[in-house]
Amino acid sequence: MAFFLQNVVNALQWGSFYALIALGYSMVYSILMLFNFAHGDIFMVGAYIGFGVATALISLSAAGAVILPNWVILVLTILFSMFLTAFVGVIVERVGYRPLRNAPLASAAITGLMIGIILETGNLALLGAQRVRFPSLIPTTTYNVGGVFITNEKIMIVVVALVLALGLHQFVRRTKWGMAMRAMAFDSAAVPLMGVPLNTMVALTFAIGSALAAAAGILFGVAYPVLDPYMGIVVGWKAFVAAILGGRGSVIGATLAGFLLGFNEIFVVMIFPSTLRDLIAYSIILLFLTFRPHGFLGEPYSARLRL
Amino acid sequence: MRSVRASFSQVPLVGWLLSALVAVTLEHLVGAPVALALGLPRVPVLFGFLIMFATPTLIPSAILYTLCIYAVPIAGTAWLGTPVTNRLAAELFRLSKVISVAVHLFLLYAVLHLWAELSDYRVLVLRLTMIAIMVTLSLNVINGYMGQFSCSHPGFMALGAYVASVFTVVLFVDDGLFGPAWLPPFLGPFMFPIGLILGGLVASFAALAVAIPSFRTRGDYLAVISLAFMFIVKSLIENLEVVRGPRGLSGQPEWATLPTVFLWTVACVWIVNNFVRSTMGKALNAVRDNETAAEAMTVNTRRTKIVAFLFAAFWAGVAGGLFAHVLGYVNPGTFGIQKLAEVLAMVYFGGLNSVYGAIVGAVSISLLGEALRPLEILKWIVIPLLVILVMIFRPTGLIAFTDLNVTNLIKPKHSPDPGV
Repeated sequence: MAFFLQNVVNALQWGSFYALIALGYSMVYSILMLFNFAHGDIFMVGAYIGFGVATALISLSAAGAVILPNWVILVLTILFSMFLTAFVGVIVERVGYRPLRNAPLASAAITGLMIGIILETGNLALLGAQRVRFPSLIPTTTYNVGGVFITNEKIMIVVVALVLALGLHQFVRRTKWGMAMRAMAFDSAAVPLMGVPLNTMVALTFAIGSALAAAAGILFGVAYPVLDPYMGIVVGWKAFVAAILGGRGSVIGATLAGFLLGFNEIFVVMIFPSTLRDLIAYSIILLFLTFRPHGFLGEPYSARLRL
Repeated sequence: MRSVRASFSQVPLVGWLLSALVAVTLEHLVGAPVALALGLPRVPVLFGFLIMFATPTLIPSAILYTLCIYAVPIAGTAWLGTPVTNRLAAELFRLSKVISVAVHLFLLYAVLHLWAELSDYRVLVLRLTMIAIMVTLSLNVINGYMGQFSCSHPGFMALGAYVASVFTVVLFVDDGLFGPAWLPPFLGPFMFPIGLILGGLVASFAALAVAIPSFRTRGDYLAVISLAFMFIVKSLIENLEVVRGPRGLSGQPEWATLPTVFLWTVACVWIVNNFVRSTMGKALNAVRDNETAAEAMTVNTRRTKIVAFLFAAFWAGVAGGLFAHVLGYVNPGTFGIQKLAEVLAMVYFGGLNSVYGAIVGAVSISLLGEALRPLEILKWIVIPLLVILVMIFRPTGLIAFTDLNVTNLIKPKHSPDPGV
């Protein structure tokens, strides 16, 4: 039983990463009907920006300019990096996607793929091939709850992810901006005619998605402190799958699917040898999509056939 | 300028091929002395690109070499020989279309063979480029002609590569993994096509796993299904200890020589071209443009999708088999996201819905990849930037929506003045 619960804890942690990244995919997809294939690499950029901000704050603190406790540094790192990475997302949209707004969607997807490669290579060219270590900001404390080991990092990761996802949900449900986004997802052709600024909304969507990816990147850095330029590939593509599983443009669906993907992977490893993880996890996804092509919470295709 | 272009437009294809033959023969005869005279360390292997990036001071000499050996002889011979080659083309065309095509192909092969003979590097680059043409063409059938966004091609290639490799290694190689060879090695080159076709068929059978879910999904969800398929294949091979798992399988005999790869590529271009111009090819376009309307117009969309996927997967499998035998080594890590990005870039760079486009895309991206090799890591910034620029200014690719018409290609280009 303790073994089972231990895996639940691990699954929750991985699910948090997937959910946060999947939200970015899902939001862009709901408005532009477009997969932002560069999103996994924005996650990577976010982690590196977090690394830079954290290092800068630590050295500031060490130099005695401003004395900050470590947990304040962590909070500031998350906030600053989310802010900075939002700009990266907006720039990617401006350079890569806006010129292709009226082009076939596949062309825009290729552009995204290429931007992803440029981000990876640019990082490699700037920082070199050696991996960097994310500074450890909070000392790890392990709690033993009835044989289940829970670290304070894991609790923080899951809590931050849930707070951000809920915050986004409230933003989309309650605010005027959120209403504009939902309207745009419903009919992206007619809503701009009603006076909703299309470019602003798209930029906002990319900014929010990228900020969430940055948060995921820093949380990832806290849990697995070694960063490398290709870290976005594995995690990012799995989050992409989660976004699809959740159903298009559904905040709750994407979050749920992210956590389910985490559970799927961890429990496959619990039962089978760990090398079979991808094989079985993806086979389940393939089967699922064969029988329910529109995901958990998406609408069936026939409902909105575009003629 | 216009008159120059007009006079060159009179040159038939056979004229260009003969001039290229002259150029490569010239390189054989005087390439080394010319390179020495221009101060180049050796004969530039790839039109001087590698030398240019390595030592910038040699840029003028490299350009001069390319002009002397390639540009001037090709243009000169083509221009001067126009009347003769036009008559030749007309004779061949009157004789028989098949013979004419065969002569053209023979000339093309002769050019490539002579060009490649000067260095092993050229042979390798040529073979990999031709394999890229096959993969790009087959992916173009799904992504271009049928308009579905499929990401599963690296998976099909991996299946073909492994099946063909296991076939040849088990039957003809004394290997620590599978024991002694079962058949005498002289049979090998004859059995090699069987191995490739077997690989293609296995890939084709596996494609059902993508084709059947594609009935109910449109466009974007297929991307995920095919992506999942790709990861499944990669992960499956990594877990198969029989073929050494992630360490990869080596020891494939070197049967994928230049003529073999050339013949397979020609067969692939010919068959794909006929396929996309058939009724089934038109059905693919109908499914792309509007699936509901196509169904209403009695197109059997399910059958169309299945056939297209099986067909494309077959050629991807064959290309994978050739790929494994060119390198003599194959591992599952090769067939991941990187390969996918490369193949997709080729398809969308060259042009959707066109055989020319696939060839142009595959050749330009592969040759760019080789030519920019001295830039090292920056190569992977330059090539994606080029692809993005093409996407922004020509969203469907460089040469999209054009048919490859063999008859037009080999026809003599009659000059307006009958006296010339």
